[in-house]
Amino acid sequence: MKTIVSLDPRITRAQIPEEPATTLTLHEGEMFETYEVFHQAKTGGRHTHVGSVHAPNAEMAYIFAKEQFGRRMTTTSLWVVRTTDIVTAEHDEELYTTATAPEKEYRNANIWKVRDKIERFKQEQQS
Amino acid sequence: MNRDTLSALKDLLLKMADDCLILGHRNSEWVGIGPMLEEDIAFASIAQDKLGHALALYTLLHQYCGEPDPDTLAFMRPATKFKCCHLVELPTQEYDVALVRHFLFDTADRIRFEMLTASTFEPLAKLAQKVKGEIVYHTMHASAFIRQLPHGTEEARCRIQTALTMLYPFALGIFEPSEYEEILQRHGIFQGERVLEQRWNQEILSVLKQAGLEIDNSARPVYGGRKGYHTDHLEPLLQEMSEVFAQDPMAEW
Repeated sequence: MKTIVSLDPRITRAQIPEEPATTLTLHEGEMFETYEVFHQAKTGGRHTHVGSVHAPNAEMAYIFAKEQFGRRMTTTSLWVVRTTDIVTAEHDEELYTTATAPEKEYRNANIWKVRDKIERFKQEQQS
Repeated sequence: MNRDTLSALKDLLLKMADDCLILGHRNSEWVGIGPMLEEDIAFASIAQDKLGHALALYTLLHQYCGEPDPDTLAFMRPATKFKCCHLVELPTQEYDVALVRHFLFDTADRIRFEMLTASTFEPLAKLAQKVKGEIVYHTMHASAFIRQLPHGTEEARCRIQTALTMLYPFALGIFEPSEYEEILQRHGIFQGERVLEQRWNQEILSVLKQAGLEIDNSARPVYGGRKGYHTDHLEPLLQEMSEVFAQDPMAEW
């Protein structure tokens, strides 16, 4: 398994050489990390990834995310997750581009697209 | 509402509004030059909220106390008619001072609005209820910085402690008692500056303890702002703030 590199240009453009001339030791908290922000628009709804913030720790990441992503759209809840804590697979892209080849469209779980409608219908039936 | 009660209410609303307006303006001076992108945006949003609170309070003064409209109140009064405390007037050359002031003022502001949710003056109680969420965020933001920064480098601790020592007497000036304390309490409009100061003190001490910071218990409060006496910093601030408005007060925006 591998973790994903930050999408934040302030991290990726740093281009720190793999073998620097002198050894540099970074202690925890000395350099900011990125945190991915997940936004919930209504209570009970799904949290959706909306972007990232640069912060020294999780508490500050949440505080920054609140103004970055919670102010300009209706928000009921926010989650922040350290980018390097998100796990994905080595051949991530490869795995999925082949699996969803055009002739195998029947595999696509299109039902997810109507999930909201179904849930709404069920609720209407109950009430 | 009789005349004394109305004067008392007017005094309370005006000092709150002026504090929010002047601090909002001061904090907006950091827009675009904050220490990092995320913090720049957060601090600017907080400044904008403060201006919003000032507008809401000036609107109450206009609707219920016979005062002029909010723009006239904000932009056309001389410094001597302002009731803000000295704490909010001070210019901030360094971000540590801006942060410590934000912490000291907003903690008091949050408790004040919390107390006012029970006010017998209903429009104010409603407003207090409405702005609660915003102010909770302001103190959450401020306390996180104050708790964490002093545990960084020695320079960071030193800067925050120095700013705190410098600002603490000014912060005590927030609670300068007015001649209306008794009337406000008797009519259930506001429990008074004394009660507010005690709660504030407890709350800031608990954060400062976690931060390893100290306050000078012998500090003497800087009073005067609530009576219309101000520092030399207020006049230039007002001139700059009303520069555009004063060119054509009748202009429609």
